[in-house]
Amino acid sequence: VILIPCPHCGPRNSTEFRYEGEVRARPEPGSVEPPAWRAYLYTRRNPAGWTRETWYHAMGCQRFLVVERHTVTNEVRSSTQAGPA
Amino acid sequence: MTMPTRRAATAMRLGPQPGEVIDRSAPLRFTWNGRTHTGFAGDTIVSALAASGERVFSRSFKYHRLRGLLTADFNDPGCTVQVGDEPNVRGAHRRLEHGMAVRTQNAWPSLRFDAKAVNQALDRFLTAGFYYKTFIRPQRLWPVYQRVLKRFAAGGQLRPDAPRDPYDKRYVHADVIVAGGGPAGMAAAVAAARMGASVLLVDEEYELGGHLRWGDRTALATLDELRTAVVAEAGIEVLTNSAVTGRYDDNWVAIVQRNLPHVAERLVKARARTLVVAPGLIERPYVFDGNDLPGVMLGTAARRLVNLYAVRPGRRAVVLTANPEGDAAAADLDRAGVDIARIVDARRGEDVQRARGRGGLAAVELGDGTRVDCDLLVTSIGWTAPTSLINMAGDHPVYAPQAARFLPGGRLPDSVLVTGGLAGDGTLDQLVAHADATGREAARRAAAVAPAPVQIPGLPVRPHPARFRSSTHGLVDFSEDVSSKDVVAAAREGYDSVELVKRFTTATMGPSQGKLETVNAVAMLAEATGRTLPEVGTTVWRPPYVPVTLGALAGRNLEPVRHSPMQPWHEAHGAHPLLAGHWIRPDHYGDPAAEVLGVRERVGLIDVTPLGKLDLRGPDVPKLLNHLYVNKWSKLDVGSVRYGVMCTEDGVVLDDGVTGCLGPEHYLTTTTSSGAETVWEWVESWLQTEHPDWRVHVTSVTTAYASINVAGPRSRELLGRVAEGVDLSPEAFRYMRVRTGRIAGVDGCFMWRIGFTGELSYEIHVPAAYGLHVWETLMERGADLGVAPFGVEAQRIMRLEKGHLIVGQDTDALTKAFSAGLDWLVKLDKDDFAGKPELVWQHLHDDDLRLVGLQPVDPLVVPAEGSQIVQGAKDIVGRITSSRMSPTLRRSICLGFVAPNLSQPGTVVTVQLPDGRRIPATVMAQHAHFDPEGVRLRG
Repeated sequence: VILIPCPHCGPRNSTEFRYEGEVRARPEPGSVEPPAWRAYLYTRRNPAGWTRETWYHAMGCQRFLVVERHTVTNEVRSSTQAGPA
Repeated sequence: MTMPTRRAATAMRLGPQPGEVIDRSAPLRFTWNGRTHTGFAGDTIVSALAASGERVFSRSFKYHRLRGLLTADFNDPGCTVQVGDEPNVRGAHRRLEHGMAVRTQNAWPSLRFDAKAVNQALDRFLTAGFYYKTFIRPQRLWPVYQRVLKRFAAGGQLRPDAPRDPYDKRYVHADVIVAGGGPAGMAAAVAAARMGASVLLVDEEYELGGHLRWGDRTALATLDELRTAVVAEAGIEVLTNSAVTGRYDDNWVAIVQRNLPHVAERLVKARARTLVVAPGLIERPYVFDGNDLPGVMLGTAARRLVNLYAVRPGRRAVVLTANPEGDAAAADLDRAGVDIARIVDARRGEDVQRARGRGGLAAVELGDGTRVDCDLLVTSIGWTAPTSLINMAGDHPVYAPQAARFLPGGRLPDSVLVTGGLAGDGTLDQLVAHADATGREAARRAAAVAPAPVQIPGLPVRPHPARFRSSTHGLVDFSEDVSSKDVVAAAREGYDSVELVKRFTTATMGPSQGKLETVNAVAMLAEATGRTLPEVGTTVWRPPYVPVTLGALAGRNLEPVRHSPMQPWHEAHGAHPLLAGHWIRPDHYGDPAAEVLGVRERVGLIDVTPLGKLDLRGPDVPKLLNHLYVNKWSKLDVGSVRYGVMCTEDGVVLDDGVTGCLGPEHYLTTTTSSGAETVWEWVESWLQTEHPDWRVHVTSVTTAYASINVAGPRSRELLGRVAEGVDLSPEAFRYMRVRTGRIAGVDGCFMWRIGFTGELSYEIHVPAAYGLHVWETLMERGADLGVAPFGVEAQRIMRLEKGHLIVGQDTDALTKAFSAGLDWLVKLDKDDFAGKPELVWQHLHDDDLRLVGLQPVDPLVVPAEGSQIVQGAKDIVGRITSSRMSPTLRRSICLGFVAPNLSQPGTVVTVQLPDGRRIPATVMAQHAHFDPEGVRLRG
């Protein structure tokens, strides 16, 4: 159970959150071809290193967060409210 | 020397000892294999038995050899006993209680005459890997093997119906957790607490003190001081008879707590800012022929028996010592009146070669060839560093050959510190000073405050002879009966990695989980393969460090239960409960078929409070709805409701429900009962991540309203009697409209005219506090109309008669909208909506299964839900998703998936029932079996 620093609630157990996976851009639905759309649906980079992920604080503020996490050490570098900057 | 025969019950009990933990004024009577014994409060089960002269407590796992005391603590592999209905009790740890019925485990028919001891004679056949190799083929005999092996397996008897104390969980947030309550752990805890830190001090034993407890007068005086200091610090919480079982990321620490009255075991989940690891050292057994004979024990075991329990471990002893602790053991024995026949000093190269005896130690053969008669052999040959917690924290301990043990590797995160015997040796003062500095530094790091780091003095590392095995072979793993010969054999078979040897021989895999065996196993493998210990490496220490019961992991059942405000009425009126997610709701009130007919002919009420309800406000709600649902929403007027289906981005049906426009920029959306949370999260994800510019405010009002569906041809008449301020006439309040008004005197109620059941019906949402009042008023005012409650089952029958799908029942995680027959709803001409690209492609190809209405040709056969639709001998071409006997149509009706080429109306498909029978069923023109035109609904 790692700690996720929620920008709204403070550090909380990861069990309070739902892990939504790596942040990824939604392709333009009008022009997208199946391979690109399915990559968006199913393919993840899954690096051994830094990732940008979405976490949903389901049992807290119910905000979607973008968390920069190192997948090897679980170190969290930043945690901010999700949404286009 | 003759072996002692039957003696007085307290034959081995000594006079008062300065550090004894027994209370001689509190004798306790208990039974051991049916015979009455007496011990004192403070005794362990085994110390009380040892005091009365017993020295055999179990039979070993594989060879069923007689076993006695080895370590005299929790880890003692030979002292596992059954106490009453509780199996696998660590007899050398568990405190004696009055009236305990203690029995031997793993011996049949008795400890002395054990049928399974025949395994000893088969020794050379039961080598390492025997079970792997012998019982693999032929596979069809596995059930036989299992039956036979089970009878030979260790373990006590579990009575499933035995009354048990509850298990428990607790969450703790501490600044500092100190694992280990010896001198170092106590000193560190006190130092941290004095800095203002909240401290949790955890020790495996019933009392703090570690090795000080069996030490000399100086040690006892220090013990006294440290205990007093611990008690004086209000910031320290002490958990005794408890152990830290694991350390996880961000210092998430699991502790198993065993010292609570009326709680079988508690799992403490703690978050510590800093963790101080101070487990001390574990004495390591020596490997030689006969090292498991009752009467052969470790120096610490002998010292515990003498000093804590005032028990004389034997009458005539040989002591093998390689360190000052071994010398102290010899001194303790001498003081206890044990005849010290010989001290064998390993530091001078002296050695023990073999222990002899039947049923117990009778003589020891020394390295110099002499033979000494004795009933006690004490070995103090070295130490194992229990590096478990620091391994889990990411450290890689390093073997120090000059100290003959592993030391921390210096790769710990800042949040973990080490002190005590694990960190190094030194005088008691040096250890306490090191721990004091470590505790202060732990508190400083916990508080994340500026003062300069505390300088932690180094601890010297004392040279220690590296002795693991004599010239003979003996046991490496006492729990699993693995000998050094087995390790050699494994090495010869090519298992040269310690992880492989462990799995092949099962060494270190028994109840003591490597604490006594790992280093010896590594040393034996190193010797067998001509390598050094560091070259062989060690096995990985994984959590849990001590056994945890499954009960403690599960904890108490604290699942929340939700029910509507009308639930007491339902219970008082014979409702059969249905558990649906966290909700408990009426399945039926005795006769679901009659409930169906009541609704079709008169009027019925169903409690639909669990429906998810989202209050949506803001100018951009239509944009949101357009994006979430596959259908169009831009033209939903105030006062209208619309059915919608939403899909995930892969085009799979996620949820359905109706949304009403209650006023300008104000909407109420309902979701399925089970989908309420998912949909709320789904809505928020779009609003927060993709479209934060949309001005929509979402509030979950699921439990703010009690919801009742009033259904049946007389529902208008009934509602008319209780509703005020709403014109219910068919012209004024048409199908798919919503009205706000007062019901039974309650303001702020919504009524919408929709019909899941296919009848004229009104779904009313009333402020939850008035739910029961409105329900009771409807029942009362509708008595002459024949109003009756109906449950989920009747509703499910009626919706199937009407062919309405249930998301999750008639769809699954692969069902895209067109497969679900929602062609009429999906609007591909919308610019965008969730899942649109997949639905565009599905529409182009149209080769997925289709949901269709089905009727078995034999109207009396109801195929079980999940029955396959088959073609030819073995092709599966679909399945039944819903099936019921329709009370309205008096025939069986179904929804099901079929391959697209079988979806034409009139096609007869073959359904295979669970019993193997095959029946024909006809594909219908539409999903609805009853009133497909919806005449009743719109009336």
